[in-house]
Amino acid sequence: MRSVYIVLSALFVMGLAVWAYKENYATQEVLREVSQIQRDIGHQQEELAVLRAEWAYLNRPSRLRDLAELNFDRLGLLPLLPEQFGDVTSVAFPVEEDILMELDNPVSVVGSLEAIVQ
Amino acid sequence: MSMRTPLRPLARILKARSSGENPDTIERENLRLRHEEMRDTTRLRAEGRLLVLGLCFVSAFVVVGLRMGQVAASNPEEPQAVTTGTSILAQRADIVDRNGRILATNRTTHSLYAQPQEMIDPLYAAKELAKIFPDLNEEKLIKDFTGTRKFLWIKRQIAPEQQQAVHDIGDPGLLFGPRESRLYPNGKLASHILGGTKFGREGVMSAEIVGQSGIERYSDEYLRDPANGHKPLQLSLDLSVQSTMREVLFGGMHLLNAKGAAAVLMDVHTGEIVSMVSLPDFDPNGRPTFAGQNAADNPRFNRAVQGVYELGSTFKIFAAAQAMELGIMTPDTLIPATPPFKWGKHSIREFEGHNYGPMLSLTGMIVKSSNVATAHVAQQIGVTRQKAFLDSLGFLDATPVELTEASGAKPLLPPNWSELSTITIGFGHGLSASPLHLATAYSSLLNGGTRVTPTLIKHQGPIRLGPRVVRPEVSAASRAMLRAVVAEGTASFGDVRGYQVGGKTGTADKPRENGKGYYDDKVITTFASVFPADEPKYVLIVTMDEAVETSGPKPRRTAGWTAVPVAAEVIRRVAPILGIRPDVETLALGQ
Repeated sequence: MRSVYIVLSALFVMGLAVWAYKENYATQEVLREVSQIQRDIGHQQEELAVLRAEWAYLNRPSRLRDLAELNFDRLGLLPLLPEQFGDVTSVAFPVEEDILMELDNPVSVVGSLEAIVQ
Repeated sequence: MSMRTPLRPLARILKARSSGENPDTIERENLRLRHEEMRDTTRLRAEGRLLVLGLCFVSAFVVVGLRMGQVAASNPEEPQAVTTGTSILAQRADIVDRNGRILATNRTTHSLYAQPQEMIDPLYAAKELAKIFPDLNEEKLIKDFTGTRKFLWIKRQIAPEQQQAVHDIGDPGLLFGPRESRLYPNGKLASHILGGTKFGREGVMSAEIVGQSGIERYSDEYLRDPANGHKPLQLSLDLSVQSTMREVLFGGMHLLNAKGAAAVLMDVHTGEIVSMVSLPDFDPNGRPTFAGQNAADNPRFNRAVQGVYELGSTFKIFAAAQAMELGIMTPDTLIPATPPFKWGKHSIREFEGHNYGPMLSLTGMIVKSSNVATAHVAQQIGVTRQKAFLDSLGFLDATPVELTEASGAKPLLPPNWSELSTITIGFGHGLSASPLHLATAYSSLLNGGTRVTPTLIKHQGPIRLGPRVVRPEVSAASRAMLRAVVAEGTASFGDVRGYQVGGKTGTADKPRENGKGYYDDKVITTFASVFPADEPKYVLIVTMDEAVETSGPKPRRTAGWTAVPVAAEVIRRVAPILGIRPDVETLALGQ
């Protein structure tokens, strides 16, 4: 009985050793991966910063103003002025046609009524 | 294991008995021998155990000792799992406007240095370098490369194309070090606010960026803190408004042949500076050096914050407001206005010798901009109360705005605040303050009467009201007076349809640099305005230095002809961008 215990515990210890060995290498592998990913993130962020700086540079107000002036024929952009504000009541809305009057079959009537309820 | 010896061996016992000896002695001796044997084996076992235990301890101590030695001898190093590849980047936080648009960011460039002992062909390298960088001297480079120096900087910062050209020389002694440099993508826009940066301590692999002026220097600690690398500093500025205001002011300055101009646009309730322009300006990407005599001519000089001027008649509203606050007067109280106002040997007259007498109402005094009437009002207020009131509006200290230059720009106060000083300060002479002081004071007075603190940092959370300066009714009455100035007074050009502009003009002669009196033909004109007057949102201050309007037969220098039209155009262009709807009814009525 006792020797069975000894053999079992020896096997258990060996199993643990194998597990620890594997874990060790797996950890190292993951650490390598993490540092690689961190490096990639670093590069990506660097790129992002460059792109953002470039975006800001290309969208600088003086350049946009010059572009708007150069392309006035096509775009017709003017500075925002108070006269461009309007009142909602002065906007002409499209005249809505009465859908219900045009219906002739019952199926569409059901569908349209739902839409109206909503 | 040896055979166990019996304690009473029969042979010896019988023998002893026959010889008449005590057989018990044999037993005792055998017992003793057996005990001795047992003791020896036990001791041996115990010694063995002690040895094993001792070995265990020794090896444990050896392991600990070795590890300690190893730790002590090795270089300190971050544990690998925590290192980030991002630590080099974003050393300095970005600066963005109130909508998150970038005002200052970083870019990676390279520095160029040389290790002459590694060089293969120093003469060729020097020749080629001088070709790439025209500002380098070939002879000097040759001297450096062939001398005893082991290391020298060639260029602090080079462009990618230049780097490629240096690569093409192909000399192993020419090396690059990474450099982060500050980039201001909008060029001259908001240059005085941003300030600029320079390199601090330098190494081969990196260099410190330190703020040199403006908010870069004021907030240097925040910007440099690595914990804030991804949290940009958000300013209260609006890039679109800033751009528009600069454009209009620049045009106005050139049209009116002004030497300089400044404008401040402030949110009346929060004290946030939405836009602040000072002209002439500079490009913070390459800060210019200035060798002139007069500091005010330096393009880096921020007129809106550092320029302290006598702001002229724009001060009259403070006298009127204080008189109303103290309960001495109402807008309709009549004040004597017959010139001259005599005080001792001094006499005070109106601009261009006008006479608005014999009596003017308080509103009339502001609308006509009467010096004489203001002098009467200021005299009634008195020295102590005027000083306390101007202090509550922030005129006695430097502005607390987040710029390094601000703390140095203290207002110039009369050395001895006499009754005469009180009278002249009433109409804006004898006390010099910056346009930003004026913007703060106008905001505090007109927003309903609570003190605001000027700030360049975007406001977060609910608005906290400052200490009360005047009653809300006084604030409303002051706004009505300012509205009347634009509707029927000296600032009629300032009326922008639909925006209910209210404001006060100010024209002050420039003091001579030698300190003796004033120039006759050089003025600082100021227009301090609020819009919309009935429900105030923004205060705009426009100041022009030596502006002159020459369309008429005689050059006109008053604020009504110079600062006011420029301010009106600023409001017309900027208010829609700020999302303020014009009052459509008055807009339609006007058309």
